[in-house]
Amino acid sequence: MTLLELRDLAVTYRGETGDVPAVRGVSLGLEAGEALGVAGESGSGKSTLAMSLLRLLPRNASVSGEILLDGEDVLTMSWGRLRAVRWASASLVFQGAQHALNPVRRIGDQIAEPLRVHGMATGAEARRRVTELLEQVGLPAWRARGYPHELSGGQRQRVMIAMALACSPRLIVADEPTTALDVMIQAQVLSLIRSLIAEHGIGLIMISHDLSVLASTCDRLAVMYAGRVVESGPSREVFTGGRHPYSRALAEAFPTVGDPASRMAPKGLGGDPPDPAHLPTGCSFHPRCPVSLVSCASEPVELRVAGDGTGAPHTAACVHVSEESR
Amino acid sequence: MTLLEARDVRVEFASRGRRARAVDGVNLAVGEGEIVALVGESGCGKTTLARTLLGLERPTSGSVHYGGVPLAYSSRALRAHRREVQLVLQDPTGSLNPRHTVYEAVAEGPRIHRLPGEGDLVASALSRAGLRPPERFFDRHPHELSGGQRQRVVIAGALALEPRVLVADEPVASLDASVRGEILALLLRLRAELGLSALVVTHDLGLAWNIADRVAVMYLGRIVESGPVERILTSPSHPYTQALLSVLPESRSPVVLGGEPPDPTRIPAGCRFHPRCQVLASGAAAEAGVDGLCASGELPVLPSSAGSQVACHHAEARSARHEAEPETERL
Repeated sequence: MTLLELRDLAVTYRGETGDVPAVRGVSLGLEAGEALGVAGESGSGKSTLAMSLLRLLPRNASVSGEILLDGEDVLTMSWGRLRAVRWASASLVFQGAQHALNPVRRIGDQIAEPLRVHGMATGAEARRRVTELLEQVGLPAWRARGYPHELSGGQRQRVMIAMALACSPRLIVADEPTTALDVMIQAQVLSLIRSLIAEHGIGLIMISHDLSVLASTCDRLAVMYAGRVVESGPSREVFTGGRHPYSRALAEAFPTVGDPASRMAPKGLGGDPPDPAHLPTGCSFHPRCPVSLVSCASEPVELRVAGDGTGAPHTAACVHVSEESR
Repeated sequence: MTLLEARDVRVEFASRGRRARAVDGVNLAVGEGEIVALVGESGCGKTTLARTLLGLERPTSGSVHYGGVPLAYSSRALRAHRREVQLVLQDPTGSLNPRHTVYEAVAEGPRIHRLPGEGDLVASALSRAGLRPPERFFDRHPHELSGGQRQRVVIAGALALEPRVLVADEPVASLDASVRGEILALLLRLRAELGLSALVVTHDLGLAWNIADRVAVMYLGRIVESGPVERILTSPSHPYTQALLSVLPESRSPVVLGGEPPDPTRIPAGCRFHPRCQVLASGAAAEAGVDGLCASGELPVLPSSAGSQVACHHAEARSARHEAEPETERL
């Protein structure tokens, strides 16, 4: 069975000045042991999507569609069931983990908390599990007695990952897990995440604005723009042969060092990411699109088959896609 | 011609009763119309070095030169220096006063320096930073602007004093991916149109590849390798530069260094990179007979010349052997 399936998920924030649609109909699937990267910029709805998976959105958010975790809809679960699912079936690694740890509690106690709350281990057994988890993320066992301020940013991020692993969840959602970290620490954390997925068969949803990081960590990519998935497919295909002009722009934003085409030629898009409260008509990307047609301003484009149809599914929501592939 | 230069600069701080040698002997020059990228991990001293070049930090020893003249630290001299060398901050949301309009934010510099024709200066700075027509932005507040526009306002604030050098600390780190390229293109355009020089402090090697002429790689207070971007980023000689390049997402065989960036209060003896060095760990340094040197032999401070240079015992031994027996090396 598919580990996680989103069906036409939509999230709207109700505000004083009107409704703001943050996620506008997203359908995605994830198998166990698979890593899916969700790429997008500020306002693309990617963090809202992550938070909605465990119903962590603020009160003013209204959610529709289905979020099936092992076939069970997270949106209609009772609170008791939801508490059991959080941490135990699916856990979240937040962005800016530096601030998510409690500064006055020992690290070991914080990692053990989900174990205790879910009645999975207490006392000596919990301590043994904490030692095991710290080892898994590459920290010495004596760190359990320490406090967060004694750790560097990368080590704190490892503690967050250890906490997320504590109850052996089947799904981990990581929202910008390496954004605030240095390149070398980022590489350490990414290789840790990759090995954990491979060893434990965990499903991973990783969210980032950096397409190159996602492409190197994930099997599949979904690119979001203005609350919608505009392209989805195998990482390599989306990253190196994106069919949506926005995917191509994101891929070019982080140049490959050594590539003569990007030397002294930084590439970007004109304009700014759209304000979700005032979305453009038609294809939301058309005001910034280098290849837009007149019709793009009025006619929205749904996802279309973009691959050659033989490999893994690849779709893109661009008017140019069908012309090229036929 | 060299415009801004650090000569054997050292900057020390007191840190919990110990001395932190944040910058520990650095020569670095930025030529006229040149863009230099200073790269390294957090804590390597790159921001301290940039602040020293701006006159915001006074070197413990060594000196900063502008146009060949050593920087004096009287308030009059510093004020004159800052007209020529302007800082562009990294986080535009944090560095703009939310209650000031765009006009006030950009006019602040000309007012402090009592420059005549404030309105014209502001308008031309905004339009050079790509905010056109400038009048449309005068009365806006930061919250009414997008991230990219805010960064342009910060750059316009620096341009209003008509400086000759920009020092930009992570100019695109907090921007959206698609906006990043536009801001970098702006720095290139300012160089082309105004002949502006820039020192860009960053941990992002892709940024250096995108816009810099020269790159200097800093590790624990020292520049360990520097030279033309094409040369250093495609065939690096220092193991640290090699490791930094190898962990870029596109790379095929990453060398992930263990541990965290080390501590400037405890700088290792010999080559300061040796405790983390993958070349030493692999035994290649021992094979070349330099492993003893790595652990105890001091390396010289690299000069500020424009060519490629590296501070590494192993790289030196290899190039010496290369000169001695070029035939075998080629095989």
